[in-house]
Amino acid sequence: MAKINIKIEGVPYEVEAGQTILEAAKACGYEIPSLCAFNHGECSNGSCRVCLVEATGARGLVASCVYPVSEGMEITISSPKAVAARRASVELLLSNHNQNCQQCDKNGKCELLHVATITGAREGKFQGSKTPTTYDDLTPSIVRDTSKCILCGRCVARCQNAHGMGILGFENRGFKTVVGPAENRSMANSPCILCGQCVSVCPTGALMEKSEIDKVDAAIAAGKHVVVQTAPAVRAALGEEFGMPVGTAVTGKMVAALKRLGFTKVYDTDFGADLTIMEEGTELLHRLQNGGVLPMITSCSPGWVNYAEYNYGDLLPHLSTCKSPHQMQGAIIKSYYAEKNGIDPKDIFAVSIMPCTAKKFEKERDVMEVNGIRDVDAVLTTRELAKMIKRAGIRFDKLPDEDYDHDIMGDYTGAGVIFGVTGGVMEAALRTVYYVLTGKEHDAIKFEAVRGLEGLREASIEINGQTINVAIANGMKNAKVLLDEIREGKSKYQFIEIMGCPGGCINGGGQPIVRSCFLPNEDNDILDTYRQKRANALYSEDERQVLRQSHNNPQIQELYKNFLGEPNSHKAHELLHTTYAAREGFND
Amino acid sequence: MSHISENGVKKICEICDRYANENTPLMMILSDIQNEYGYIPLDVQQIVSQKTGISVAEIYGVVTFYSFFSLEPKGKYVIGCCLGTACYVKGAQQIIDKFSEIIGIKPGQTSGDGLFTLDALRCIGACGIAPAVTINGKVYPKMTVDQVSKIVDEYRAMGGAQ
Repeated sequence: MAKINIKIEGVPYEVEAGQTILEAAKACGYEIPSLCAFNHGECSNGSCRVCLVEATGARGLVASCVYPVSEGMEITISSPKAVAARRASVELLLSNHNQNCQQCDKNGKCELLHVATITGAREGKFQGSKTPTTYDDLTPSIVRDTSKCILCGRCVARCQNAHGMGILGFENRGFKTVVGPAENRSMANSPCILCGQCVSVCPTGALMEKSEIDKVDAAIAAGKHVVVQTAPAVRAALGEEFGMPVGTAVTGKMVAALKRLGFTKVYDTDFGADLTIMEEGTELLHRLQNGGVLPMITSCSPGWVNYAEYNYGDLLPHLSTCKSPHQMQGAIIKSYYAEKNGIDPKDIFAVSIMPCTAKKFEKERDVMEVNGIRDVDAVLTTRELAKMIKRAGIRFDKLPDEDYDHDIMGDYTGAGVIFGVTGGVMEAALRTVYYVLTGKEHDAIKFEAVRGLEGLREASIEINGQTINVAIANGMKNAKVLLDEIREGKSKYQFIEIMGCPGGCINGGGQPIVRSCFLPNEDNDILDTYRQKRANALYSEDERQVLRQSHNNPQIQELYKNFLGEPNSHKAHELLHTTYAAREGFND
Repeated sequence: MSHISENGVKKICEICDRYANENTPLMMILSDIQNEYGYIPLDVQQIVSQKTGISVAEIYGVVTFYSFFSLEPKGKYVIGCCLGTACYVKGAQQIIDKFSEIIGIKPGQTSGDGLFTLDALRCIGACGIAPAVTINGKVYPKMTVDQVSKIVDEYRAMGGAQ
């Protein structure tokens, strides 16, 4: 890129041509208040006017997010005119905002409050009527509160970019404008897959997960036998909520915190992941050897399952019948664990800590129960867990590293850990399938060919003279490519992994919010690197494990020997497998 | 989506196909549907979405942004009263109020017999003949309150014939 010379606040800098003023200023060490800089190209409307600056050669103040730098340009951020204009922009946004910051779950990670603070915007400067509010909490996953919406459109862009779906859109005009599903209807009556990507880009509290902390509090207070499990991806991101560098694995501290929060038992969903591999791997081999429906597609991601049910009802036989790992583990907690410990399953309250908002919906599915006993009773996101830890006065960074409970389902392998990143389920399955087909372990253990963060990847794996063609997709936009191939009868794959969120669970809709402005110690390019950093945290935990293939998990072996029989047995089907049904998106 | 007949779906698809080679076909498709059916309900938007790959929310956004598009069936005669600045100072408010009073509907509504829809328009660019009213495209220049009931009677007399 060619370099050009500009001045900011009178100081000369050399910056890349073609950058916007906002980007150039950031590279030179300035933070111009904005509501989009943290968001990586998912807003380029230049409509919020929060980033106004003076620039020579321009008429009036310019929106630095869209105005490009040019040779010799002199930019002034601190002039009284620019400062006053930015403050007024924020005050105008606040004038149509409910301003209940204290009651807002986003407080602390709210970009609007952040820019209000740095621009010195005063609440109530402009008083007037407000746009009528829509409050939608009908889904178990996401709450939409338009009284906090600033109409930036980042959620609209993210839904399009990640999934090509565009569930949310702008509707009506002028003062009546709202962002929502068509007809301003509830997300529950739309084909929304509840992945929560919109939640993770919302600058305010307009889109939030539906909290279940109260349910967990009530269960603990009622003296229930509360068993908690944590998904692989949670450990890779929870530390961010406590100021730790992005990509710090905090497994031990997380377990220590959960034990202090009053959970009776703390287990790792990785055990459930290992169990999933035993069931799913066996199912795949069975389909391969008996002319079953191929390609088989993974079913761990509830966002993806929602998408399939809404859009590809005809392809549902391709989905593995396996429940997702935490649902499997929930079913095992309420059967095997209950039996072993002599506890009535009705007295057990199973909590899952997940990086995901769609998991909240998944646990409510009618089919997620066995003999009237629900597999899982509450799902908390990574963010909700962080809230519980802070609320309890626990200094997370000061905690010692502690171990999961190990009595009957604490053990897990490296294969289970990597479930949290795109390609991980595929790799874990291949490790076991390789063993079953060849009778020995894959020498390299790793299957590098299926790693990476690209949205769509494929590989051909030679096992015992047999070639298995596999594909991996994350984000529904990418999944659609593979699904359309199947529909047209052109798919060359035997096994496909699909994850709802871009990058997989490490970037799930329930994970800590990543914003440069709240991560002062991270590099400027953190929005480009955080997914890889979180993925690395999981891959290095895999490397540290002695056991790295699901079938080598001794407690899994015991579970089959003492309780389930063998993978895909009648009992395994009853507890660990599920069914799907096509659904109508606009269902009213 | 079950509310639309097979034939209806086919017709909507035909309209979409007319603009298959356009880069941004949405406005043209919606205009044709509006002109041919008089309104664009959500069911129809879903068909357009499937044909074009444009999300339902975006289509709904366009339909609700432009007052030309309607989500509800419009009356046989659509009365548009311009309330732009020039018409307004020339007494357009009294004229729309009179239409309202005689037909018994508020601006934006359609009469129970399906004969009239009353729309309040912003400037229609006919300031020279303010206050202006359009009925199904026919322009009534320099309207006065006294003319309103006569005009309504004329259309009532035509009834469903058009």
